[in-house]
Amino acid sequence: MNENLEAVIKEICQKYANDSARMMDIVRDVQSVSGGVSKDAMRMIAAVVGVAQVEVESVVTFYAHLSEQKKGKVVIRLCNDFIDRMFGADRVAETFEKEFGIQFGETSADGLVTLEYTPCIGMCDQPPAALINDKVVTWLSTDMASRIAKAVKEDGGIDKLNLPNGDGNNAHPLVNAMVHNNLREKGNLIFEEFVSGSALKNAVAETPVEVIKNIKASRLRGRGGAGFPTGMKWEFTRGADGDEKYVLCNADEGEPGTFKDRVILTEAPDLMFEGMTVAGYAIGAKTGVVYLRGEYQYLTAFLEDALQKRRDAGLLGKNILGKDGFDFDIRIQMGAGAYICGEETALISSCEGLRGDPKNRPPFPAQKGYLGKPTSVNNVETFCAAAKIMEKGAPWFAQKGSQGSAGLKLFSVSGDCKKPGVYELPFGTTVKELLAKVGAEDAIAVQVGGACGVTVPPSDFEKEICYDHLATGGSVIVIGPGRNLLELAHSFMEFFEEESCGYCTPCRVGNTLLKRRLERVIDGKGMPEDLEYMEQLGNTIKSTSRCGLGQTSANPVLTTLANFRSLYDGLVKKSEDGLQPSFSLEKAVGLSESIIGRKSIHHHE
Amino acid sequence: MTKPKIATTSLAGCFGCHMSILDIDDRILKLVELIEFNKSPVNDIKKFTERCLVGLIEGGCCNEENVHVLQDFRKNCDVLISLGDCAIMGGIPAMRNSVPLKECFEEAYLNGVTVFNPAGKIPSDKELPLLLDRVYPCSEIVKMDYHMPGCPPSADTIWETLVALLNNKPLDLPYELVKYD
Repeated sequence: MNENLEAVIKEICQKYANDSARMMDIVRDVQSVSGGVSKDAMRMIAAVVGVAQVEVESVVTFYAHLSEQKKGKVVIRLCNDFIDRMFGADRVAETFEKEFGIQFGETSADGLVTLEYTPCIGMCDQPPAALINDKVVTWLSTDMASRIAKAVKEDGGIDKLNLPNGDGNNAHPLVNAMVHNNLREKGNLIFEEFVSGSALKNAVAETPVEVIKNIKASRLRGRGGAGFPTGMKWEFTRGADGDEKYVLCNADEGEPGTFKDRVILTEAPDLMFEGMTVAGYAIGAKTGVVYLRGEYQYLTAFLEDALQKRRDAGLLGKNILGKDGFDFDIRIQMGAGAYICGEETALISSCEGLRGDPKNRPPFPAQKGYLGKPTSVNNVETFCAAAKIMEKGAPWFAQKGSQGSAGLKLFSVSGDCKKPGVYELPFGTTVKELLAKVGAEDAIAVQVGGACGVTVPPSDFEKEICYDHLATGGSVIVIGPGRNLLELAHSFMEFFEEESCGYCTPCRVGNTLLKRRLERVIDGKGMPEDLEYMEQLGNTIKSTSRCGLGQTSANPVLTTLANFRSLYDGLVKKSEDGLQPSFSLEKAVGLSESIIGRKSIHHHE
Repeated sequence: MTKPKIATTSLAGCFGCHMSILDIDDRILKLVELIEFNKSPVNDIKKFTERCLVGLIEGGCCNEENVHVLQDFRKNCDVLISLGDCAIMGGIPAMRNSVPLKECFEEAYLNGVTVFNPAGKIPSDKELPLLLDRVYPCSEIVKMDYHMPGCPPSADTIWETLVALLNNKPLDLPYELVKYD
């Protein structure tokens, strides 16, 4: 077995030129062949690519989809974020546990199946959803869970279930997915008919500097949520010293409630690749990398095919469109389940075959990014917009949207609404207008910007969604009557506790402390001081964390504290005797009582 | 006029903070002019006889008796001060929090290299207070009014703090007294 494993590993490493920067691909492949990446396998990989074993181990242990232990032949990853739980994920989980006779987090004794929870898999518009190996199943019911369990037990997979395909390219033979686009409203930007190469033709007719000038004139800002001006980013990258430069596409949309990139990747990948190629031309890069989240593995064959079509058409490769010296190609880098990798410097780390740790800034990626070279990291949607700008001109784009936020934006709306899905709307749309479109006029709150965003109260529904007022990378989660907003905040804190990379203390420790204190309040054991503590701690995490995750992770608690204070005030009680209501002596000595074998003489007094 | 009363105790601590109280040296004579010690190891008074202005708490809570003493202090003192790092955050005793309780018992009473325990039993005498599942900082058991950091807080820190409190003045400690690296 070991010799066999060694041969397999050598072959896999060879496929990636024994390059340690391709560690993600190497360990992913090893895992898919042998079900896990054992210590032996790590040692062999390390020897072949020439790194220390601990470097391989640090990658394997970091990513949720990688594991040292052998996983079951079928891995069921059920999404357990707030939205999926709103729609019955817990009941589905129970069914799976009952059917397979194991708990979540376990692998069945016969090695057939592993049950795992996973945070948002980008299917919040069709919840509850799960990944069964790489296959997505949506709108799960307990009946469906039973059917799936039966199929797994009888056939070792769900292929024979012949689950119906979704709409559009989800039914494409290379995609073959149950996913639905739920594309509810198209503007005339991303999902319009697009002729391959039309943007690129206009770009190469200009100098790279002119292209950047165009993008700047369009006032396009980053669609991932942070809103950095795209033209400026490209200009910095172009101007930075470096013999090689890179274009990275952030397709790691992991923010709970975001799924608009999924629809772009399904319906308009060519436009995105075109935008990346335009960026390559403008910046002077020869290589582009799409960092695709592991959850979207089902789209890779389709995307590779789209890339090949562009190569065949002369839109990727050497001397593109006959322009001498304009060489550019794109590869897809698969992620492996880590929210933090949506942060651009963590994304770069991951592309380099490392743990998804964020890097220190400065230097910024534009100066020193991927492999230490100047790199522009942009969102999927940003590249699409850039391509359209080159096709139709900067003024056409700039006139749409609002003052500080030009253009149209994709919103992915989920939660308690009649029509969840993707909406392409101009920036400056108010929350109220959006709620009317999605059929959720009775919302008690709207979470704008995902887990790290803002919980907006009804009194702020007149606010505009744009970079200056309510910023979002696309995620809009509607919270309807009867939902518990503190539970929402709590589920987001659970998410951040899990997804913190652990590098800096404020984020690693702070988020856990904040979550625990919130639990104390939810349990009715809180005091008014606890609310002050949560505010203080939240602001400390915000102002002292190393990257965007910790700088925003306290938002759900801080914004619910600010906007829904009465919910908290109703739960906390002043302690009259100065004792902490959260402490129970009975609980605290329970363990001792069972070990020593006698009852406490104190707490029974 | 009666003098304000002070009580002190050492819970899951090493008595180092109490040593630091004694380290105020001859100022202790001045101190007894200003205050009167009630329940405290300093005078060996075991039970509160009067309500106190200040309670100084050394150490966190590692067993049920600690909890009782601390709750008793909260009932009998107007102002409670965590004296030193163990009271504030558990300190050295809290290092056991990462070890399962059963293993702690077994190491202490059964498996430790210096253990002599022919009966091979973990003691269960009623005189021995039961350990808590983990070591708690005082603030998780009762409301603490102030925290005096240090391991131990220096005698000067303790002196300045008490004097400021007794004179109802704001406390302004020089940097040297609160820097610990």
